[in-house]
Amino acid sequence: MFKIIQKTIATGIVTRNYPAEPAKISEHFRGRPHFDFEKWTDARPAAEVCPTGAISLRDSDDSRKVTVDYGLCVFCGLCAEASSDKAVRITQEFELATKNRSNLVLTAGYTLNADGTHRQLGTVRRGSENLKADAESVMQKARETIHKLLGRSLAIREVDAGSCNGCEVEIVALNNPIHDIERFGIQFVASPRHADMLLVTGPVTRNMELALLKTYWAMPEPKVVVAVGACGISGGIFGENYASLGGVDKVIPVDVYIPGCPPRPQALLHGILLAVGRLGEKLFRDTR
Amino acid sequence: MSAVFEALQQKFGAQIQAMSAQREDEIFLLVGDPDVRALTEYLRKEFEARLVTVFAEDRRSAEGVFFNYYVFERKDDTRYLIVRAPVRVDDPKFPSLSAELPAVNWQEREIQDCFGLKPVGHPNPRRVALHDNWPDVHPLRKDFPLETVLPPFEGERHIYRPALGEGVFQVPVGPVHAGTIEPGHFNFAVAGEPILYLQLRMFYTHKGTEKLFEKLTIDKAVFLAESVSGDSSFSHGTAFCQAIERAAQMDVPLRSLIMRTILLELERIYNHVGDIGAIATDVGFVVANAHASRLKEMLAGLNEQLSGNRLLRSMVCVGGVRRAWDSAQLVSLRGTVDAFASEFQDLIALIDSSESTRDRLEQTGVLRPEKARDLGIVGVAGRASGMDLDTRRDHPYAAYGRYSFRVPVYHVGDVSHRMQVRIDEVNESLGIIRSAAKESLDGDFCAKAPPIPADRCALSAVEGWRGEIIHWIRTGANNHLERCKIKDPSLNNWPALVEAVQGNIIADFPVINKSFNLSYSGTDR
Repeated sequence: MFKIIQKTIATGIVTRNYPAEPAKISEHFRGRPHFDFEKWTDARPAAEVCPTGAISLRDSDDSRKVTVDYGLCVFCGLCAEASSDKAVRITQEFELATKNRSNLVLTAGYTLNADGTHRQLGTVRRGSENLKADAESVMQKARETIHKLLGRSLAIREVDAGSCNGCEVEIVALNNPIHDIERFGIQFVASPRHADMLLVTGPVTRNMELALLKTYWAMPEPKVVVAVGACGISGGIFGENYASLGGVDKVIPVDVYIPGCPPRPQALLHGILLAVGRLGEKLFRDTR
Repeated sequence: MSAVFEALQQKFGAQIQAMSAQREDEIFLLVGDPDVRALTEYLRKEFEARLVTVFAEDRRSAEGVFFNYYVFERKDDTRYLIVRAPVRVDDPKFPSLSAELPAVNWQEREIQDCFGLKPVGHPNPRRVALHDNWPDVHPLRKDFPLETVLPPFEGERHIYRPALGEGVFQVPVGPVHAGTIEPGHFNFAVAGEPILYLQLRMFYTHKGTEKLFEKLTIDKAVFLAESVSGDSSFSHGTAFCQAIERAAQMDVPLRSLIMRTILLELERIYNHVGDIGAIATDVGFVVANAHASRLKEMLAGLNEQLSGNRLLRSMVCVGGVRRAWDSAQLVSLRGTVDAFASEFQDLIALIDSSESTRDRLEQTGVLRPEKARDLGIVGVAGRASGMDLDTRRDHPYAAYGRYSFRVPVYHVGDVSHRMQVRIDEVNESLGIIRSAAKESLDGDFCAKAPPIPADRCALSAVEGWRGEIIHWIRTGANNHLERCKIKDPSLNNWPALVEAVQGNIIADFPVINKSFNLSYSGTDR
């Protein structure tokens, strides 16, 4: 007992005060890749190497539509290495969580030169026609009220719906003395019946579909759902296949999406606090 | 192994058709109409060979048959012996080895589910990888498209062996567990507190990974390999890249091999220290876990400093590693390793000083050496139960041949010794990292891969922190793969958990489970 106390005193307080203070991260950390669309002379090399198709192209005659989906991104950094024009650079931004899936998508239109390189940038816009934007919907407003109600203290039930366990490593880290999620009155609980929030990882496998649904049904109202990581948002590298459904919102409604592969603990904290209205969304710049 | 080959030819004559050694540490044996059971029995008895893994391949369009592959290794021999046996299309069945070798129970059933080949004589030939309610499909057959959308499942759900008898109860747990862990179903039969038996149902996280490998280009498939089991990203990534490098017959620069070695050991340490803390938590010593998770966080920070990712992702690549380290990064490496080493000693002293913790861990969840041998248990769990196996020593890869280290082996097989193996290994790993960090890290760190011809096969093994990881590939045209087989050590080791919990009280299950800490995703893929 004496040794325990001695060690505790010698160690002191190790908890980091994120989000009140900025997160201490290595300068080598790979966060959001930033695209300088005006400077970008050719998107093809980046799209070619992207392992998950987060950068995709649609060419027609002399124009090209480039779609960047941070919901698919695994933050590998290959796009920056492949783009010789230095229009793609890796930033340290990690607070990418959003309530609106389409906020994670940027679309840029270009006219093309004969060799397929970009001649001129047309429009850059957030969102995608493939994803329904429901920011203004009544449902969204109702949910925001619910989030505020839950805001003071929060019980989270975590469900792994087929993840590689990378997201679990970082979620478990939220309970360590460095990140200490309990300082926000937030705790992980053993039963969905005690939970306000469902934190879901993985692309949702066919074998976990029913278990995820049952967990969701077992939760009392009001409840919020947070999809974690590239797989939880979009299926990530697994996508949709015979065994994978391709994302949490294919099965249950999702309130907040946290990009990352896996999201670092501070990114998880940001997303969880965003879901209950204790932090705001940080919209990243979309050009230059 | 050439002596093995000659003996085999003498014993089985014409059945052993050909031998080819694509690389000096891999011997490839083609068997005609095989008596695989007799062959395996002979190799095990005469040469004390260990069956590493069994897997299948659909070669109907190229060679008109399916093939089963049996990979063997034996003590003091760095080579693997791979026996390839055809399975006929018009009579898709093969002799099961599970009755004599429970180690291949799930692997044979996975072949049955994914390829539609029947293991004849299997004691429990029920479905395993595809759950019982799936339609009758075989996803790893070449004529099954990856993107197939299966209809809603309406088949029968799994039926567990009933728990019968007065005062005997069934306790179903999962797939969604109380803690933040991966999904699987545990079905306990208990008589009061003690566990009579445990039935496992896995493959909840089956996400078509091996099939997906056949669609991605090789460079992109590296990221898929990293997602086989997130806490072993670097080990699986390295195992995959090594397989490709061997198939390409390319040289990998020494600098990158040393860097890989350091990163592989960092992955081992961060997971081991996390497990040591988690084991302490599960017997109520949460202060130890607070320190352990603080140390784990220290290493996650170092991982990020060295690779840009806390789980060492996107660092390994075919031909070496993607980034070199500057002097500041090397200073961080040495500094953090030193700081960690001293903190780690404090942590172990803290745990050792707690008699109640030791009391809960000793003689809990015993896996006897003879059971470990029969079940083919590998890695940490194996070494705690007398299995003297370590791929780093037995089949050296990366730069392990350059450093000396001890492989801890115990014969008690309880939770306490599985923890002790981890403690010893952390200390050995620190030694390896320190030696490796002293080497001059200059020169090329990534060789460019030549175009890889189709139909090259290669086996690669890595001692992940859980144990032996195997990747086997066959290349296809245009920088793609025809087949990628992945064996995570978890696949071997689940039956050990079933064995170890028997007779223990159900309240000790969490700590026993944690002492194995197997990867569900690595098992299910």
